[in-house]
Amino acid sequence: MTQADLITRLVSTAQAVVSRHADELTQLDQAIGDGDHGSNLKRGFDAVASEAAALAEKPVGEALKAAGMKLVMTVGGASGPLFGTMLMTLGKELGDAPDRAAFASAFSKAVDAVAARGKSQQGQKTLLDVLYPVSDALAQGKSGGEIAAIAAGAADATVPVKATRGRASFLGERSIGHMDPGARSVSLLIAAVAPVLEGK
Amino acid sequence: MTEASGNVGIVIVSHSPLVAEGTADMVRQMVGDEVRVAWCGGDPAGGLGTSVEAIMQAIDRAWTDAGVAILVDLGGAETNSEMAVEMIGEPRAGRIAICNAPIVEGAVMAATEASGGAPLSAVVATAQELSPL
Repeated sequence: MTQADLITRLVSTAQAVVSRHADELTQLDQAIGDGDHGSNLKRGFDAVASEAAALAEKPVGEALKAAGMKLVMTVGGASGPLFGTMLMTLGKELGDAPDRAAFASAFSKAVDAVAARGKSQQGQKTLLDVLYPVSDALAQGKSGGEIAAIAAGAADATVPVKATRGRASFLGERSIGHMDPGARSVSLLIAAVAPVLEGK
Repeated sequence: MTEASGNVGIVIVSHSPLVAEGTADMVRQMVGDEVRVAWCGGDPAGGLGTSVEAIMQAIDRAWTDAGVAILVDLGGAETNSEMAVEMIGEPRAGRIAICNAPIVEGAVMAATEASGGAPLSAVVATAQELSPL
């Protein structure tokens, strides 16, 4: 698969999974947030997909940076800067022809950048609760299928957690019993793009 | 150049354009045109939320060489404002501060302080006195 094909497939895969689950994500967010996570992400990933052809002409690092910037400018909630920072940092840290180790290292730095952007850490019922275990699994050389399962399990594991960051934290104890929408969207995206990255 | 050009400017960023505009009205009632005031609210599709691009434009409108103090409401407004400041970059970014203060009271207090010619640090400190420690 050429880099252009890879970029095109990643963009269409990400857009499709977000679009397919937008209503579910919005419902999760209605329970413990402001109820716009699905529609916000859909707007962002639709905007990225509308520039798929231009993105595919760029080196993969530049394409990631441009896609991240597009999310920042179009999502309209805190998830814009958070998801955007993830992609922009990945793009900045990846070399021209990243191998598995380089990808894991760049992913780890990108997750730290998301934590800094959100002034948050693991365990606060946010997307970081999925990103950190995925980063660890990448570093350990787990397969795409294993990583997808780890991401899904980590999103499920946010259900009993009391939110201490983000709008869900306003609910205090009442945030317990609901899955974090950001954890869910990240786990869906990771499960969707993992096979593409493995060339499947 | 108006008198406002030397004073710290005020930017109001709310999820709701109605809140942002109403806050700006209250600020103007206090300081008239002695302080540059700009507001934005709403996501890029016009719903409740905030837009990095709109925040950058509001900073431009409120800009003076004394800098700009930004008042925000909830989390996404703060995160998107931080992103906007980073994208504006140095040297202007160093003269933009996001206040940890309630948006309406903070904006009025900050603008009042700014109207007397106070530097950015004093304007921010005045707004942040309203926040619980």
